[in-house]
Amino acid sequence: MSTTQLTAGFLPLLDSVLLVLAREKGFAEEEGLDLALFRETSWANIRDRAALGHFDIAQMLAPMPLAASLGLTPLAMPMIAPVVLGLGNNAITVSDALWQAMAGQGAPGNLDPALTGAALAKVVKASPRKLRFGVVHQTSSHNYELRYWLSASGIMPDRDIEIVVLPPPLLPDALGSGGIDGYCVGEPWNSIGVDTKGGHIATVKALIWQSSPDKVLGMRATWAEEHPDLVAAIIRAVYRAGLWCADPANHDEAAAIMAGTPYLNSSPEIVGRALTGMLDIGAGVLQQVPDYYVPHASAANFPWKSHAMWYYAQMVRWGEVAASPGNADIAVACFRPDLYRAALAPLGAALPLDDFKTDGTHAQPYDTPAENGPLLMGADRFFDGGVFDPAALDDYIASQSIVR
Amino acid sequence: MPNSALSILIIDENRIRASIIESGLREAGHERVTVIHDVNEVARTIQASAPDVIVIDLENPQRDTLEHFFSLSRAIQRPIAMFVDRSDGAMIEKAVEAGVSAYVVDGLKKERVKPILDMAISRFNAFSRLTRELEQARSELEDRKIIDQAKGILMKTRGLSEADAYSLLRSTAMNQNRRLVDIAQSLVTAASLLGP
Repeated sequence: MSTTQLTAGFLPLLDSVLLVLAREKGFAEEEGLDLALFRETSWANIRDRAALGHFDIAQMLAPMPLAASLGLTPLAMPMIAPVVLGLGNNAITVSDALWQAMAGQGAPGNLDPALTGAALAKVVKASPRKLRFGVVHQTSSHNYELRYWLSASGIMPDRDIEIVVLPPPLLPDALGSGGIDGYCVGEPWNSIGVDTKGGHIATVKALIWQSSPDKVLGMRATWAEEHPDLVAAIIRAVYRAGLWCADPANHDEAAAIMAGTPYLNSSPEIVGRALTGMLDIGAGVLQQVPDYYVPHASAANFPWKSHAMWYYAQMVRWGEVAASPGNADIAVACFRPDLYRAALAPLGAALPLDDFKTDGTHAQPYDTPAENGPLLMGADRFFDGGVFDPAALDDYIASQSIVR
Repeated sequence: MPNSALSILIIDENRIRASIIESGLREAGHERVTVIHDVNEVARTIQASAPDVIVIDLENPQRDTLEHFFSLSRAIQRPIAMFVDRSDGAMIEKAVEAGVSAYVVDGLKKERVKPILDMAISRFNAFSRLTRELEQARSELEDRKIIDQAKGILMKTRGLSEADAYSLLRSTAMNQNRRLVDIAQSLVTAASLLGP
Protein backbone atom coordinates (compact mmCIF):
# COMPACT_ATOMS: atom_id res chain seq x y z
CA MET A 1 0.00 0.00 0.00
CA SER A 2 1.39 3.38 -0.90
CA THR A 3 1.60 5.88 1.92
CA THR A 4 1.73 9.65 2.09
CA GLN A 5 4.42 11.18 4.24
CA LEU A 6 3.21 13.34 7.08
CA THR A 7 5.77 15.16 9.21
CA ALA A 8 4.97 15.87 12.84
CA GLY A 9 6.90 17.77 15.50
CA PHE A 10 6.72 16.82 19.16
CA LEU A 11 8.35 17.59 22.50
CA PRO A 12 9.59 14.87 24.88
CA LEU A 13 6.42 14.69 26.98
CA LEU A 14 4.19 11.77 27.84
CA ASP A 15 1.22 13.13 25.93
CA SER A 16 3.09 12.81 22.66
CA VAL A 17 2.21 9.14 23.25
CA LEU A 18 -0.74 9.11 20.85
CA LEU A 19 1.41 10.39 17.98
CA VAL A 20 4.15 7.92 18.88
CA LEU A 21 1.71 4.99 19.09
CA ALA A 22 0.06 6.07 15.84
CA ARG A 23 3.44 5.50 14.26
CA GLU A 24 4.84 2.58 16.29
CA LYS A 25 1.65 0.50 16.46
CA GLY A 26 0.78 1.03 12.81
CA PHE A 27 -2.41 3.08 13.23
CA ALA A 28 -1.04 5.80 10.94
CA GLU A 29 0.13 3.29 8.36
CA GLU A 30 -3.31 1.66 8.28
CA GLU A 31 -4.65 5.09 7.36
CA GLY A 32 -2.15 5.36 4.50
CA LEU A 33 0.19 7.69 6.39
CA ASP A 34 3.95 7.45 6.70
CA LEU A 35 4.11 9.46 9.92
CA ALA A 36 7.60 10.92 10.46
CA LEU A 37 8.17 12.23 13.99
CA PHE A 38 10.68 14.95 14.85
CA ARG A 39 11.61 15.66 18.47
CA GLU A 40 12.08 19.35 19.10
CA THR A 41 13.84 21.26 21.85
CA SER A 42 11.38 24.10 22.51
CA TRP A 43 7.77 25.10 21.99
CA ALA A 44 9.09 28.13 20.10
CA ASN A 45 10.67 25.79 17.52
CA ILE A 46 7.45 23.77 17.26
CA ARG A 47 5.54 26.98 16.63
CA ASP A 48 7.99 28.34 14.03
CA ARG A 49 8.50 25.09 12.14
CA ALA A 50 4.75 24.43 12.06
CA ALA A 51 4.20 27.97 10.74
CA LEU A 52 6.92 27.60 8.07
CA GLY A 53 5.58 24.24 6.93
CA HIS A 54 8.60 22.18 8.03
CA PHE A 55 6.01 20.21 10.00
CA ASP A 56 2.62 19.41 8.53
CA ILE A 57 1.23 18.88 12.02
CA ALA A 58 2.59 19.15 15.56
CA GLN A 59 1.86 18.34 19.16
CA MET A 60 0.92 21.74 20.55
CA LEU A 61 -0.14 23.23 23.82
CA ALA A 62 -3.91 23.76 23.60
CA PRO A 63 -3.60 27.58 23.68
CA MET A 64 -0.93 27.68 20.93
CA PRO A 65 -3.26 27.56 17.90
CA LEU A 66 -5.28 30.32 19.59
CA ALA A 67 -2.22 32.50 20.14
CA ALA A 68 -1.14 32.04 16.51
CA SER A 69 -4.61 32.80 15.17
CA LEU A 70 -4.98 35.85 17.41
CA GLY A 71 -1.67 37.24 16.13
CA LEU A 72 0.08 37.04 19.49
CA THR A 73 3.13 35.14 18.23
CA PRO A 74 5.90 35.66 15.70
CA LEU A 75 4.97 34.22 12.27
CA ALA A 76 1.32 34.42 13.36
CA MET A 77 -1.22 32.76 11.09
CA PRO A 78 -4.52 30.92 11.50
CA MET A 79 -3.98 27.52 13.10
CA ILE A 80 -6.53 24.86 13.99
CA ALA A 81 -6.83 21.89 16.32
CA PRO A 82 -9.15 19.12 15.06
CA VAL A 83 -8.19 16.54 17.72
CA VAL A 84 -7.04 16.64 21.35
CA LEU A 85 -4.14 14.47 22.58
CA GLY A 86 -5.71 13.71 25.96
CA LEU A 87 -6.88 15.17 29.25
CA GLY A 88 -4.75 15.94 32.32
CA ASN A 89 -1.07 14.89 32.55
CA ASN A 90 0.29 18.01 34.29
CA ALA A 91 1.31 18.42 37.91
CA ILE A 92 2.87 21.07 40.11
CA THR A 93 6.12 19.97 41.72
CA VAL A 94 7.90 21.93 44.46
CA SER A 95 11.37 21.70 45.97
CA ASP A 96 11.92 19.76 49.17
CA ALA A 97 12.60 23.00 51.08
CA LEU A 98 9.36 24.59 49.91
CA TRP A 99 7.46 21.37 50.59
CA GLN A 100 8.71 21.23 54.18
CA ALA A 101 7.58 24.84 54.67
CA MET A 102 4.17 24.06 53.15
CA ALA A 103 3.78 20.94 55.28
CA GLY A 104 4.53 23.14 58.31
CA GLN A 105 1.62 25.36 57.26
CA GLY A 106 -0.80 22.46 56.97
CA ALA A 107 -0.34 21.06 53.44
CA PRO A 108 -1.92 17.61 53.86
CA GLY A 109 0.32 15.70 51.42
CA ASN A 110 -2.60 14.20 49.50
CA LEU A 111 -2.52 16.52 46.44
CA ASP A 112 -5.71 18.36 47.57
CA PRO A 113 -5.44 21.64 45.63
CA ALA A 114 -7.45 23.80 48.06
CA LEU A 115 -5.62 22.81 51.27
CA THR A 116 -2.23 22.69 49.54
CA GLY A 117 -2.85 26.09 47.97
CA ALA A 118 -3.86 27.58 51.32
CA ALA A 119 -0.62 26.29 52.86
CA LEU A 120 1.40 27.76 49.99
CA ALA A 121 -0.33 31.11 50.49
CA LYS A 122 0.85 31.18 54.12
CA VAL A 123 4.40 30.32 53.06
CA VAL A 124 4.37 33.01 50.37
CA LYS A 125 3.16 35.58 52.90
CA ALA A 126 5.91 34.70 55.38
CA SER A 127 8.69 34.34 52.81
CA PRO A 128 11.36 37.05 52.89
CA ARG A 129 11.94 36.60 49.14
CA LYS A 130 9.62 36.21 46.19
CA LEU A 131 9.20 32.53 45.33
CA ARG A 132 9.77 31.60 41.70
CA PHE A 133 7.79 29.02 39.70
CA GLY A 134 8.58 27.70 36.22
CA VAL A 135 6.17 26.97 33.38
CA VAL A 136 6.97 25.67 29.90
CA HIS A 137 5.74 28.45 27.62
CA GLN A 138 3.84 31.65 28.01
CA THR A 139 0.64 30.69 26.19
CA SER A 140 0.48 27.26 27.83
CA SER A 141 -2.16 25.38 29.74
CA HIS A 142 0.51 25.09 32.46
CA ASN A 143 0.82 28.84 32.85
CA TYR A 144 -2.94 29.27 33.04
CA GLU A 145 -3.67 26.40 35.42
CA LEU A 146 -0.82 27.36 37.74
CA ARG A 147 -2.13 30.93 37.79
CA TYR A 148 -5.70 29.68 38.31
CA TRP A 149 -4.63 27.57 41.28
CA LEU A 150 -2.53 30.36 42.81
CA SER A 151 -5.21 33.04 42.36
CA ALA A 152 -7.97 30.87 43.79
CA SER A 153 -5.65 30.19 46.74
CA GLY A 154 -5.24 33.90 47.42
CA ILE A 155 -1.82 34.30 45.80
CA MET A 156 -1.51 36.93 43.11
CA PRO A 157 0.86 35.75 40.35
CA ASP A 158 3.52 38.30 39.33
CA ARG A 159 2.89 40.39 42.46
CA ASP A 160 3.30 37.68 45.10
CA ILE A 161 5.34 35.14 43.18
CA GLU A 162 7.41 35.24 40.02
CA ILE A 163 6.63 32.99 37.05
CA VAL A 164 9.43 32.20 34.60
CA VAL A 165 9.54 30.10 31.43
CA LEU A 166 11.83 27.09 30.94
CA PRO A 167 11.54 24.12 28.56
CA PRO A 168 10.29 20.89 30.23
CA PRO A 169 13.61 18.96 30.29
CA LEU A 170 15.38 21.83 32.10
CA LEU A 171 12.84 22.20 34.92
CA PRO A 172 14.05 19.41 37.24
CA ASP A 173 17.64 20.73 37.06
CA ALA A 174 16.48 24.28 37.76
CA LEU A 175 14.59 22.97 40.80
CA GLY A 176 17.64 21.05 41.97
CA SER A 177 19.95 24.05 41.65
CA GLY A 178 17.54 26.32 43.51
CA GLY A 179 16.91 28.51 40.45
CA ILE A 180 13.19 27.89 40.90
CA ASP A 181 11.07 26.76 43.87
CA GLY A 182 8.47 24.86 41.89
CA TYR A 183 7.13 24.19 38.43
CA CYS A 184 4.10 23.12 36.46
CA VAL A 185 4.84 20.61 33.70
CA GLY A 186 3.58 17.42 32.07
CA GLU A 187 4.95 13.99 32.85
CA PRO A 188 7.55 12.53 33.06
CA TRP A 189 9.19 15.76 34.27
CA ASN A 190 7.38 15.78 37.64
CA SER A 191 8.37 12.20 38.40
CA ILE A 192 11.94 12.94 37.28
CA GLY A 193 11.99 15.95 39.65
CA VAL A 194 10.77 13.70 42.47
CA ASP A 195 13.25 10.91 41.69
CA THR A 196 16.37 12.96 40.97
CA LYS A 197 15.95 16.27 42.81
CA GLY A 198 13.98 15.34 45.93
CA GLY A 199 10.94 17.27 44.68
CA HIS A 200 7.37 16.79 45.89
CA ILE A 201 4.26 16.78 43.71
CA ALA A 202 2.03 19.36 45.41
CA THR A 203 -1.07 18.97 43.28
CA VAL A 204 -2.16 17.88 39.81
CA LYS A 205 -4.09 19.30 36.87
CA ALA A 206 -6.60 16.45 37.16
CA LEU A 207 -7.68 17.92 40.53
CA ILE A 208 -7.40 21.63 39.71
CA TRP A 209 -9.78 21.21 36.76
CA GLN A 210 -11.04 17.67 36.24
CA SER A 211 -11.12 16.23 32.71
CA SER A 212 -9.42 19.25 31.17
CA PRO A 213 -7.56 19.26 27.85
CA ASP A 214 -3.83 19.88 27.58
CA LYS A 215 -2.20 19.16 24.22
CA VAL A 216 -3.74 19.19 20.80
CA LEU A 217 -2.69 18.30 17.30
CA GLY A 218 -2.16 21.71 15.71
CA MET A 219 -1.78 22.61 12.05
CA ARG A 220 -2.03 25.55 9.67
CA ALA A 221 -5.63 26.27 8.72
CA THR A 222 -4.69 26.62 5.03
CA TRP A 223 -2.83 23.30 5.02
CA ALA A 224 -5.83 21.56 6.60
CA GLU A 225 -8.12 23.02 3.95
CA GLU A 226 -5.86 21.77 1.19
CA HIS A 227 -5.46 18.27 2.69
CA PRO A 228 -8.84 17.19 4.11
CA ASP A 229 -8.06 13.49 3.58
CA LEU A 230 -4.77 13.66 5.47
CA VAL A 231 -6.46 15.55 8.32
CA ALA A 232 -9.19 12.92 8.58
CA ALA A 233 -6.61 10.13 8.42
CA ILE A 234 -4.46 11.48 11.25
CA ILE A 235 -7.55 12.14 13.42
CA ARG A 236 -8.54 8.49 13.00
CA ALA A 237 -4.99 7.29 13.69
CA VAL A 238 -4.78 9.36 16.89
CA TYR A 239 -8.23 8.22 17.99
CA ARG A 240 -7.32 4.56 17.54
CA ALA A 241 -3.99 5.09 19.29
CA GLY A 242 -5.96 6.54 22.22
CA LEU A 243 -8.26 3.55 22.31
CA TRP A 244 -5.25 1.21 22.39
CA CYS A 245 -3.40 3.30 24.97
CA ALA A 246 -6.42 3.38 27.29
CA ASP A 247 -6.41 -0.42 27.69
CA PRO A 248 -4.53 -1.23 30.93
CA ALA A 249 -3.26 -4.41 29.26
CA ASN A 250 -1.22 -2.19 26.93
CA HIS A 251 0.28 0.14 29.55
CA ASP A 252 3.57 -1.75 29.88
CA GLU A 253 4.13 -1.84 26.14
CA ALA A 254 3.16 1.83 25.74
CA ALA A 255 5.57 2.78 28.53
CA ALA A 256 8.38 0.74 26.97
CA ILE A 257 7.86 2.41 23.59
CA MET A 258 7.70 5.91 25.08
CA ALA A 259 10.80 5.30 27.20
CA GLY A 260 12.83 4.64 24.03
CA THR A 261 15.72 6.85 22.94
CA PRO A 262 13.91 8.68 20.13
CA TYR A 263 11.07 9.69 22.45
CA LEU A 264 11.42 10.30 26.20
CA ASN A 265 14.76 8.51 26.64
CA SER A 266 13.78 7.65 30.21
CA SER A 267 13.00 4.54 32.25
CA PRO A 268 9.78 2.63 31.47
CA GLU A 269 9.00 2.68 35.20
CA ILE A 270 8.94 6.49 35.36
CA VAL A 271 7.09 6.79 32.06
CA GLY A 272 4.51 4.24 33.24
CA ARG A 273 3.48 6.28 36.27
CA ALA A 274 1.40 8.77 34.30
CA LEU A 275 -0.26 5.99 32.31
CA THR A 276 -1.39 4.11 35.41
CA GLY A 277 -1.93 7.21 37.56
CA MET A 278 0.12 5.64 40.36
CA LEU A 279 2.48 8.49 41.26
CA ASP A 280 5.35 8.71 43.68
CA ILE A 281 4.44 12.16 45.00
CA GLY A 282 7.67 12.54 46.97
CA ALA A 283 9.83 10.69 49.49
CA GLY A 284 8.40 7.37 48.30
CA VAL A 285 4.75 8.18 49.10
CA LEU A 286 2.64 6.47 46.44
CA GLN A 287 -0.75 7.85 45.51
CA GLN A 288 -3.25 6.64 42.95
CA VAL A 289 -4.58 9.65 41.02
CA PRO A 290 -7.80 8.85 39.16
CA ASP A 291 -7.80 10.13 35.58
CA TYR A 292 -4.28 11.53 35.90
CA TYR A 293 -3.90 11.24 32.14
CA VAL A 294 -6.90 10.31 30.00
CA PRO A 295 -5.97 9.29 26.44
CA HIS A 296 -9.42 8.22 25.25
CA ALA A 297 -12.33 8.06 27.73
CA SER A 298 -14.66 10.99 28.41
CA ALA A 299 -14.41 12.19 24.80
CA ALA A 300 -10.78 13.02 25.59
CA ASN A 301 -9.91 13.61 21.93
CA PHE A 302 -12.94 15.78 21.12
CA PRO A 303 -12.02 19.47 20.61
CA TRP A 304 -14.75 21.23 22.59
CA LYS A 305 -15.14 24.80 21.40
CA SER A 306 -15.95 25.75 24.98
CA HIS A 307 -12.46 24.59 26.00
CA ALA A 308 -10.90 26.93 23.42
CA MET A 309 -13.11 29.62 24.90
CA TRP A 310 -11.86 28.90 28.44
CA TYR A 311 -8.25 29.28 27.31
CA TYR A 312 -9.17 32.52 25.55
CA ALA A 313 -10.70 33.73 28.84
CA GLN A 314 -7.36 33.04 30.55
CA MET A 315 -5.44 34.97 27.88
CA VAL A 316 -7.77 37.89 28.57
CA ARG A 317 -7.40 37.45 32.31
CA TRP A 318 -3.62 37.76 32.18
CA GLY A 319 -3.58 40.67 29.78
CA GLU A 320 -2.30 38.81 26.70
CA VAL A 321 -5.24 39.69 24.49
CA ALA A 322 -8.04 42.26 24.64
CA ALA A 323 -11.55 40.99 25.34
CA SER A 324 -13.74 41.46 22.27
CA PRO A 325 -16.42 39.44 20.50
CA GLY A 326 -14.14 39.30 17.44
CA ASN A 327 -11.24 37.84 19.40
CA ALA A 328 -13.53 35.33 21.12
CA ASP A 329 -14.78 34.20 17.71
CA ILE A 330 -11.23 33.75 16.40
CA ALA A 331 -10.27 31.70 19.46
CA VAL A 332 -13.34 29.46 19.33
CA ALA A 333 -12.92 28.86 15.59
CA CYS A 334 -9.51 27.22 16.24
CA PHE A 335 -11.06 24.07 17.71
CA ARG A 336 -12.71 22.06 14.95
CA PRO A 337 -15.20 19.45 16.23
CA ASP A 338 -16.70 19.38 12.72
CA LEU A 339 -13.49 17.85 11.32
CA TYR A 340 -13.36 15.40 14.23
CA ARG A 341 -16.91 14.20 13.58
CA ALA A 342 -16.41 13.92 9.83
CA ALA A 343 -13.27 11.81 10.30
CA LEU A 344 -14.68 9.46 12.94
CA ALA A 345 -18.25 8.93 11.75
CA PRO A 346 -17.14 6.02 9.52
CA LEU A 347 -15.66 4.26 12.58
CA GLY A 348 -18.97 4.38 14.46
CA ALA A 349 -17.28 6.33 17.27
CA ALA A 350 -19.45 8.10 19.84
CA LEU A 351 -19.60 11.74 18.72
CA PRO A 352 -20.89 14.52 21.01
CA LEU A 353 -23.80 16.37 19.44
CA ASP A 354 -22.84 19.73 20.93
CA ASP A 355 -19.73 21.85 20.26
CA PHE A 356 -19.89 23.57 23.65
CA LYS A 357 -20.29 22.27 27.17
CA THR A 358 -20.43 23.72 30.65
CA ASP A 359 -17.51 22.86 32.93
CA GLY A 360 -17.57 22.87 36.73
CA THR A 361 -21.12 21.54 37.18
CA HIS A 362 -20.49 17.78 37.27
CA ALA A 363 -19.04 16.29 40.43
CA GLN A 364 -19.73 12.80 39.11
CA PRO A 365 -19.42 11.14 35.69
CA TYR A 366 -22.45 11.83 33.51
CA ASP A 367 -23.86 10.98 30.08
CA THR A 368 -23.71 13.51 27.29
CA PRO A 369 -25.90 13.21 24.18
CA ALA A 370 -23.92 11.74 21.30
CA GLU A 371 -24.31 10.06 17.96
CA ASN A 372 -23.69 6.33 18.60
CA GLY A 373 -23.97 7.38 22.25
CA PRO A 374 -24.72 8.36 24.93
CA LEU A 375 -21.16 9.09 25.86
CA LEU A 376 -19.95 8.82 29.45
CA MET A 377 -18.07 11.97 30.47
CA GLY A 378 -15.77 12.40 33.46
CA ALA A 379 -16.44 14.77 36.36
CA ASP A 380 -15.43 18.32 35.39
CA ARG A 381 -15.19 20.32 38.62
CA PHE A 382 -12.82 23.22 39.17
CA PHE A 383 -11.28 22.78 42.63
CA ASP A 384 -12.58 26.17 43.82
CA GLY A 385 -16.15 25.42 42.76
CA GLY A 386 -15.96 27.75 39.75
CA VAL A 387 -18.37 27.20 36.86
CA PHE A 388 -17.54 27.97 33.23
CA ASP A 389 -20.68 28.48 31.19
CA PRO A 390 -19.75 29.30 27.57
CA ALA A 391 -23.08 31.11 27.18
CA ALA A 392 -21.98 33.58 29.86
CA LEU A 393 -18.40 34.31 28.73
CA ASP A 394 -18.45 38.01 29.59
CA ASP A 395 -19.65 37.33 33.13
CA TYR A 396 -16.91 34.74 33.55
CA ILE A 397 -14.23 37.14 32.31
CA ALA A 398 -15.55 39.85 34.65
CA SER A 399 -15.59 37.49 37.64
CA GLN A 400 -12.02 36.34 36.97
CA SER A 401 -10.53 39.78 37.09
CA ILE A 402 -11.32 39.91 40.79
CA VAL A 403 -8.50 38.41 42.83
CA ARG A 404 -10.09 36.21 45.43
CA MET B 1 29.13 54.71 9.51
CA PRO B 2 25.64 53.69 10.63
CA ASN B 3 26.44 49.98 10.97
CA SER B 4 28.82 50.52 13.83
CA ALA B 5 26.02 52.06 15.87
CA LEU B 6 23.93 48.88 16.01
CA SER B 7 24.29 46.81 19.14
CA ILE B 8 24.20 43.08 18.41
CA LEU B 9 23.80 40.26 20.95
CA ILE B 10 24.73 36.68 19.99
CA ILE B 11 23.37 33.85 22.15
CA ASP B 12 24.89 30.49 21.24
CA GLU B 13 25.81 27.57 23.45
CA ASN B 14 28.37 26.57 20.82
CA ARG B 15 31.35 28.77 21.60
CA ILE B 16 33.20 28.13 18.37
CA ARG B 17 30.23 29.00 16.20
CA ALA B 18 29.52 32.07 18.30
CA SER B 19 33.05 33.34 17.82
CA ILE B 20 32.89 32.69 14.06
CA ILE B 21 29.81 34.88 13.82
CA GLU B 22 31.27 37.47 16.11
CA SER B 23 34.42 37.80 14.03
CA GLY B 24 32.35 38.05 10.85
CA LEU B 25 30.34 40.90 12.29
CA ARG B 26 33.45 42.67 13.50
CA GLU B 27 35.06 42.31 10.07
CA ALA B 28 31.94 43.92 8.62
CA GLY B 29 32.54 46.91 10.85
CA HIS B 30 30.23 46.19 13.75
CA GLU B 31 31.91 47.17 16.94
CA ARG B 32 29.16 46.66 19.47
CA VAL B 33 28.90 42.86 19.47
CA THR B 34 28.23 40.94 22.69
CA VAL B 35 28.36 37.14 22.98
CA ILE B 36 26.78 35.04 25.72
CA HIS B 37 26.51 31.27 25.97
CA ASP B 38 23.83 31.03 28.62
CA VAL B 39 20.35 32.53 28.36
CA ASN B 40 20.30 32.99 32.12
CA GLU B 41 22.71 35.86 31.66
CA VAL B 42 20.39 37.55 29.19
CA ALA B 43 18.59 39.84 31.63
CA ARG B 44 21.80 41.41 32.85
CA THR B 45 23.30 41.57 29.36
CA ILE B 46 20.27 43.24 27.81
CA GLN B 47 20.33 45.92 30.48
CA ALA B 48 24.00 46.51 29.84
CA SER B 49 24.29 46.29 26.06
CA ALA B 50 20.75 47.34 24.98
CA PRO B 51 20.87 45.20 21.81
CA ASP B 52 19.04 46.18 18.64
CA VAL B 53 19.43 42.72 17.17
CA ILE B 54 19.61 39.37 18.96
CA VAL B 55 20.85 36.27 17.13
CA ILE B 56 20.16 32.88 18.79
CA ASP B 57 20.73 29.31 17.62
CA LEU B 58 17.52 27.36 17.03
CA GLU B 59 18.74 24.33 18.93
CA ASN B 60 18.90 26.43 22.06
CA PRO B 61 16.14 24.99 24.27
CA GLN B 62 15.81 28.32 26.04
CA ARG B 63 14.14 30.24 23.23
CA ASP B 64 10.87 30.13 25.17
CA THR B 65 12.66 31.64 28.15
CA LEU B 66 14.08 34.41 26.00
CA GLU B 67 10.73 35.26 24.40
CA HIS B 68 9.00 35.32 27.77
CA PHE B 69 11.69 37.67 28.96
CA PHE B 70 10.93 39.99 26.03
CA SER B 71 7.23 39.92 26.85
CA LEU B 72 8.06 41.08 30.37
CA SER B 73 10.46 43.68 29.10
CA ARG B 74 8.00 46.54 29.16
CA ALA B 75 10.34 47.47 31.98
CA ILE B 76 13.23 47.92 29.57
CA GLN B 77 11.03 49.58 26.93
CA ARG B 78 12.35 47.52 24.06
CA PRO B 79 9.58 45.73 22.19
CA ILE B 80 11.16 42.96 20.17
CA ALA B 81 9.87 41.16 17.09
CA MET B 82 11.14 37.98 15.56
CA PHE B 83 13.09 38.76 12.39
CA VAL B 84 12.99 42.17 10.85
CA ASP B 85 9.94 41.83 8.68
CA ARG B 86 7.24 39.20 8.88
CA SER B 87 6.59 39.52 5.18
CA ASP B 88 10.12 38.44 4.30
CA GLY B 89 9.27 34.75 4.21
CA ALA B 90 12.29 33.69 2.15
CA MET B 91 14.73 35.20 4.63
CA ILE B 92 12.96 33.57 7.59
CA GLU B 93 12.91 30.26 5.76
CA LYS B 94 16.64 30.48 5.03
CA ALA B 95 17.41 31.36 8.63
CA VAL B 96 15.43 28.49 10.12
CA GLU B 97 16.97 26.06 7.63
CA ALA B 98 20.38 27.23 8.75
CA GLY B 99 19.37 26.79 12.38
CA VAL B 100 19.35 30.40 13.49
CA SER B 101 16.68 32.75 14.73
CA ALA B 102 16.81 36.48 15.17
CA TYR B 103 14.94 39.02 17.23
CA VAL B 104 14.98 42.63 16.22
CA VAL B 105 13.92 45.76 18.04
CA ASP B 106 10.66 46.90 16.48
CA GLY B 107 10.94 49.80 14.07
CA LEU B 108 14.47 49.06 12.95
CA LYS B 109 14.94 49.47 9.20
CA LYS B 110 15.17 46.31 7.18
CA GLU B 111 18.17 47.42 5.16
CA ARG B 112 20.17 47.87 8.34
CA VAL B 113 19.37 44.43 9.71
CA LYS B 114 19.41 42.30 6.57
CA PRO B 115 23.21 42.18 6.15
CA ILE B 116 23.57 41.09 9.76
CA LEU B 117 21.12 38.25 9.31
CA ASP B 118 22.68 37.28 5.97
CA MET B 119 26.02 37.10 7.72
CA ALA B 120 24.63 34.98 10.57
CA ILE B 121 22.90 32.62 8.13
CA SER B 122 25.98 32.12 5.96
CA ARG B 123 28.26 31.59 8.96
CA PHE B 124 25.81 29.09 10.46
CA ASN B 125 25.79 27.21 7.17
CA ALA B 126 29.56 27.35 6.89
CA PHE B 127 29.86 26.03 10.42
CA SER B 128 27.61 23.02 9.76
CA ARG B 129 29.55 22.30 6.57
CA LEU B 130 32.78 22.44 8.54
CA THR B 131 31.38 20.14 11.21
CA ARG B 132 30.27 17.67 8.58
CA GLU B 133 33.66 17.71 6.85
CA LEU B 134 35.45 17.25 10.15
CA GLU B 135 33.19 14.33 10.99
CA GLN B 136 33.92 12.82 7.59
CA ALA B 137 37.68 13.25 7.98
CA ARG B 138 37.48 11.66 11.41
CA SER B 139 35.59 8.64 10.16
CA GLU B 140 37.98 8.27 7.17
CA LEU B 141 40.86 8.15 9.62
CA GLU B 142 39.02 5.48 11.63
CA ASP B 143 38.42 3.47 8.43
CA ARG B 144 42.09 3.71 7.49
CA LYS B 145 43.12 2.26 10.87
CA ILE B 146 40.76 -0.70 10.53
CA ILE B 147 41.94 -1.46 7.00
CA ASP B 148 45.57 -1.36 8.17
CA GLN B 149 44.75 -3.80 10.96
CA ALA B 150 43.02 -6.15 8.52
CA LYS B 151 45.98 -5.97 6.14
CA GLY B 152 48.28 -6.82 9.04
CA ILE B 153 46.23 -9.88 9.91
CA LEU B 154 46.29 -11.15 6.31
CA MET B 155 50.02 -10.52 5.97
CA LYS B 156 50.72 -12.47 9.13
CA THR B 157 48.33 -15.41 8.69
CA ARG B 158 48.53 -15.82 4.90
CA GLY B 159 52.09 -14.62 4.40
CA LEU B 160 50.98 -11.99 1.88
CA SER B 161 52.72 -8.79 0.92
CA GLU B 162 51.00 -5.55 1.89
CA ALA B 163 49.92 -4.90 -1.69
CA ASP B 164 48.48 -8.41 -2.05
CA ALA B 165 46.68 -8.17 1.29
CA TYR B 166 45.08 -4.95 0.17
CA SER B 167 44.01 -6.30 -3.21
CA LEU B 168 42.54 -9.41 -1.55
CA LEU B 169 40.44 -7.19 0.71
CA ARG B 170 39.46 -5.07 -2.22
CA SER B 171 38.41 -7.94 -4.50
CA THR B 172 36.44 -9.58 -1.66
CA ALA B 173 34.59 -6.32 -1.08
CA MET B 174 33.81 -6.02 -4.79
CA ASN B 175 32.65 -9.64 -5.07
CA GLN B 176 30.35 -9.28 -2.06
CA ASN B 177 29.21 -5.80 -3.05
CA ARG B 178 30.23 -4.43 0.35
CA ARG B 179 32.42 -1.58 1.48
CA LEU B 180 36.12 -2.28 1.89
CA VAL B 181 36.02 -1.06 5.49
CA ASP B 182 33.14 -3.43 6.29
CA ILE B 183 35.12 -6.42 5.04
CA ALA B 184 38.13 -5.23 7.03
CA GLN B 185 35.98 -4.80 10.14
CA SER B 186 34.58 -8.33 9.79
CA LEU B 187 38.07 -9.72 9.49
CA VAL B 188 39.31 -7.82 12.53
CA THR B 189 36.30 -8.95 14.56
CA ALA B 190 36.68 -12.57 13.44
CA ALA B 191 40.41 -12.53 14.23
CA SER B 192 39.79 -11.21 17.73
CA LEU B 193 37.14 -13.91 18.31
CA LEU B 194 39.51 -16.63 17.14
CA GLY B 195 42.18 -15.43 19.48
CA PRO B 196 45.89 -14.73 18.96
